[in-house]
Amino acid sequence: MDIFLQQLINGLVLGSVYALVALGYTMVYGILELINFAHGEITMMGAMVALAVVGALALAAPGLPGGVILLAGLAVAIPVCMTLGLLIERVAYRPLRNAPRLAPLITAIGVSIILQNIAMLIWGKQYISFPPILPQGRHDILGATISDTQIAILLLAVLIMLTLILVVQKTRLGRAMRATAQSRQVASLMGVDVNRVIASTFVIGSALAAIAGVMVSAYYGLAHYYMGFLLGLKAFSAAVLGGIGNLAGAMLGGLLLGLIESFGAGYIGDLTGGFLGSHYQDVFAFFVLIAVLVFRPSGLLGVRVVERA
Amino acid sequence: MSTLLTVSRVSKAFGGLQALSDISLSVNTSEIFGLIGPNGAGKTTLFNALTGLYSTDSGEVLLHDKRLDNRPPHQVLKAGLARTFQNIRLFAEMTALENVLVGRHARTSSGVIGAVLRLPATRREEADSRERAHALLSRVGIAQHANRLAKNLPYGDQRRLEIARALATEPSLLALDEPAAGMNPAERSALRELLLQLQADGLTLLLIEHDVKLVMGLCTRLAVLDYGVKIAEGTPDVVSRDPKVIAAYLGDEAL
Amino acid sequence: MYGWLSVLDSSLLRSRWFSFGLLALGLALLPFLIDAGLGRSWVRLLDLALLYVMLALGLNIVVGYAGLLDLGYVAFYALGAYVYAWLASPHFGLHLPFWAILPLGAALAGMFGVLLGAPTLRLRGDYLAIVTLGFGEIIRIFMNNLNAPFNLTNGPQGINLIDPVRLGSTSLSQPLTVFGYTFSGVHLTYYLFLVLVMAVIFISMRLENSRIGRAWVAIREDEIAAAATGINTRNLKLLAFAMGATFGGLAGGLFASFQGFISPESFNLMESIMILCMIVLGGMGHIPGVIFGALLLTLLPEALRYTGEWQRSAFGQIYIDPADLRMLLFGVALVAVMLYRPAGLIPSARRRQEFADAKQ
Repeated sequence: MDIFLQQLINGLVLGSVYALVALGYTMVYGILELINFAHGEITMMGAMVALAVVGALALAAPGLPGGVILLAGLAVAIPVCMTLGLLIERVAYRPLRNAPRLAPLITAIGVSIILQNIAMLIWGKQYISFPPILPQGRHDILGATISDTQIAILLLAVLIMLTLILVVQKTRLGRAMRATAQSRQVASLMGVDVNRVIASTFVIGSALAAIAGVMVSAYYGLAHYYMGFLLGLKAFSAAVLGGIGNLAGAMLGGLLLGLIESFGAGYIGDLTGGFLGSHYQDVFAFFVLIAVLVFRPSGLLGVRVVERA
Repeated sequence: MSTLLTVSRVSKAFGGLQALSDISLSVNTSEIFGLIGPNGAGKTTLFNALTGLYSTDSGEVLLHDKRLDNRPPHQVLKAGLARTFQNIRLFAEMTALENVLVGRHARTSSGVIGAVLRLPATRREEADSRERAHALLSRVGIAQHANRLAKNLPYGDQRRLEIARALATEPSLLALDEPAAGMNPAERSALRELLLQLQADGLTLLLIEHDVKLVMGLCTRLAVLDYGVKIAEGTPDVVSRDPKVIAAYLGDEAL
Repeated sequence: MYGWLSVLDSSLLRSRWFSFGLLALGLALLPFLIDAGLGRSWVRLLDLALLYVMLALGLNIVVGYAGLLDLGYVAFYALGAYVYAWLASPHFGLHLPFWAILPLGAALAGMFGVLLGAPTLRLRGDYLAIVTLGFGEIIRIFMNNLNAPFNLTNGPQGINLIDPVRLGSTSLSQPLTVFGYTFSGVHLTYYLFLVLVMAVIFISMRLENSRIGRAWVAIREDEIAAAATGINTRNLKLLAFAMGATFGGLAGGLFASFQGFISPESFNLMESIMILCMIVLGGMGHIPGVIFGALLLTLLPEALRYTGEWQRSAFGQIYIDPADLRMLLFGVALVAVMLYRPAGLIPSARRRQEFADAKQ
C-alpha cells in the first residue's frame, strides 16, 4: 500500500499525457483510417521547439517568472506543430487518399523518419534539459507526494479534454468532423468541405500533441530527438485500448495505459520474483496493444464492425 | 429428386437488427432455386451465413448431410458450395486465366516442396489445372480474354469470369448473388442459356435475383424473404400470386 | 518472366547458355574487380549487401507476395544471429559446425514466425504493422536485458568471438591460397553468400509461379474472395510469414558468423524499416526490383560517405555527418517513392498498372 498511491498519482499524470496524444491518433484514424505514424514525432517537435524558446528566454531574461516563459514556449510550439500537421497532411497524405492501403502507411513511416532526423540535425543527439524555471513545490497526500508540475499537467489535460468534447459535440466543425468520420462520401454530399475538416483534424491533433510534448519534457525535465517514437507508440496503444476512432476511448485508454505502466513498473519486481526489473516498463504498452488487438480489437469503448460481402 | 441443401431455422442478428429470423428451406439436386425479396430483405446475409462469411446465431445448414453452418469459408467451399458476389469480387490484378486457376486451389494439393522442386506430380497438376481453366473460360464464353487482367474485362464478362472461377472449384451447389445485375437484355439472355446449360450438366443452382422475368422463367422453385423472414415458398406461379409477396414488393395499397 | 533472371528457371536454357555463362563469369570475378577498383572494404560491403538481398527477398514473400505488412522482421534476423552465437562461440562454450546450426537457426526463426503469426495474422493491415513492430521492439528489449538472472544474451554488450564458417580446414575468415591464387576471407564469404542468395532467389521464383504463389496474390488482392474460393487464408498467411522468417533467420546466422560479433543494437526498428524500404523502393513483389533495392540501399550510403570528404575539401569542415544524412534520405525516399513511383523503381508491369489506376 505504501507505493500504491504514489503509483496511482504517477499513473494518472502519465496517463493524461498519453490521452492527449492518443486523441490525435484516434481523430485522424476515425476520419481517414490511417495510423499517423508521424504524430509521435510532432509531439517531439512540440517539446523541442518549446524547449528551445524556453531555454533562450531563461538565458536572455532570467527575471521573467517561470510560468510566463513556459507560456511563451507553448505559444511558439503550438503554431509550429499545427503548421507541421497541416503540411504533412497536404503533402504526404492527401495525394494518397485513394491509393492501396499500404501506401499511406509507408509514407507515414517516411514522414516520421524525416521529422526525427531533422530534429536530430537541428538539435543534435544529446538530451536537452529543461532549465529550472518550473515551480518545484511538492505536497504530501497520505504518504505519497504530488508535485506542482503534476498538478498542473492533470488540470491542463482535463481542461483540454473537456474543451475538445465541447468542440466536437457542440460546434459546427465538431458536427462536420463526426459526420466525416461516419462517412466521408455522404458528408461531402451534405455540403461538408471534407478537405477542410480533415485539415482541421490534423491541426487540432497537432496542437494537442504540442501541449503533450511540452508536458512530457516539463515532467521528465528532458527532451530528446528520439522521444517521439516510444511515446507515439504507447499513445497509439492507448487509443486502440480505448477503441480507435472513439474520443472518450482515447481518453480512457490513455489513463488506463498510464496506470498499467505505472503499477506494472512498480510491482513487476514483486510479481516475477525479481526475474524482471522495471526497465521492462516499456514492454507493457506493447503487450497491452497486442492483447487488445488479439482478444478485443474494437477496444473497450469501440463498436464492432462487421465487413459486409 | 433428392435434397442437396437443407437450411433449418437459421437466425442471425447484428446488434439490435434481426437480419434473419428462423429461415428454413431446402434445395433439391439439379434444380434452380430462386431467392427473391425486396432490398434489405436479408438475401445476401443468408448467402453469407451459408458460405461461412457470417456466423449464425442458431439453426443448421446441411449440404449432402454434412453440417456447414459456422465453418470457415474455405471448408464450405471444399464441401461443395461455391458462390459469386453481388459486387463482383475478382482478383483484379490477375488475368482471367489466373483467376480461374485460383479456383482450382481447393481441388489441388501441391505445396512448397512440389513448387520449388517441380516434382512430376506438381507439373502434372499444373498442366491439368491449366487445361481445365481454359476449358472453363470457353464454357462461359470468355476464352478470348484468358490473358487479360480481370479488371480490364467488360462488365458482363467479369460476371462470367466469376462464374468460371466458382465452377473451377467443382461445386455441387453454385450460389449466385444477382448474376444479372447491370446486364443488358442480350447479356441476360446469354446468362440464362448458360445457367440452363449448367443445370443440364448436373449442377444445382441457388440464385438471388431482382430481374423478375429472369427468375420466373428460370427457377424451378422460389423462396421470398422480407425483413429477414421467409414469407412464401413454392413454384414461380404460386409465389407470384401470393398476396404477402405482392404486398412486400408493392405495398399494401397494391392489393 | 524477368528477362535475364529467368535464365535461372527457363526450359529454354539451351539457347541461353551464352548469357548464363557470361553472367556466372561476371559474378565469379566481381569480388576481384571490386577489390582492385575500390578496395577490400567494398568487397566486405558487397558481402553485407548480399545478406540484405537475402533479407529483402525474405520480407518480399511476406509483404510483396502475401501483402502482410511486417514491421518487426528484424526479430527473425536477430533470432537467427543469436542462435548461431549461442552455438558457436565462447558464450556457452559450444562450437558446433555451421552446416548444423545455420539450418537450425533458420528453422527456429521459422517456428517463431508461426508462433507470432498464429494470433496476429488475422488482424487488418495497419494493425498487423503495429503489432509486428511491437514484437520487434519487445524482442530487442528482451535481448538487451536478458543478462540477469541468467546470462542468455549478455545484454547490451552482445556476444563476440563468434566462430566464422569453417569448411573442413578452411575458415572463411582466413585467406585461402589455391593454385597460386589467394582468396581473402571476404572473397570466400562472397561465394558462400552468393550461392545461398541464388538458392533463395530460385525458391522465391518457383514459389511465385506456383499454386501457392497464386494463392498469396489472391489473398493480397481480396482476402474474402480468396477464402470464398477455397483458400485456407490463415494457413497460407502463416506459410508466407514462416518462409520469410526462415530466410531472415538464415541471414541472421550468416551475419553472426560473418561479423564475429552481435549485439541488440544491430537489430532495431530502423533495420526493419530499412529492409522494408528496400522492397518498396525497388519494386514490391518483383524479384529483380527487390534485389536492386537491397543493393542500392546497402551500397549507396557508402557512397554518401564521400560527401563527408567533399564537404571537408569544399567547406573546410563537415556540416552534416553523412551517417546522419543516411536515415533522413531514407525517409525522403520512402515518401517520394510513394508519391511519385509507388510501384517502385523496377516494378513488375502489373504493379505499375495497379498504382496508376488508383491515382485516377
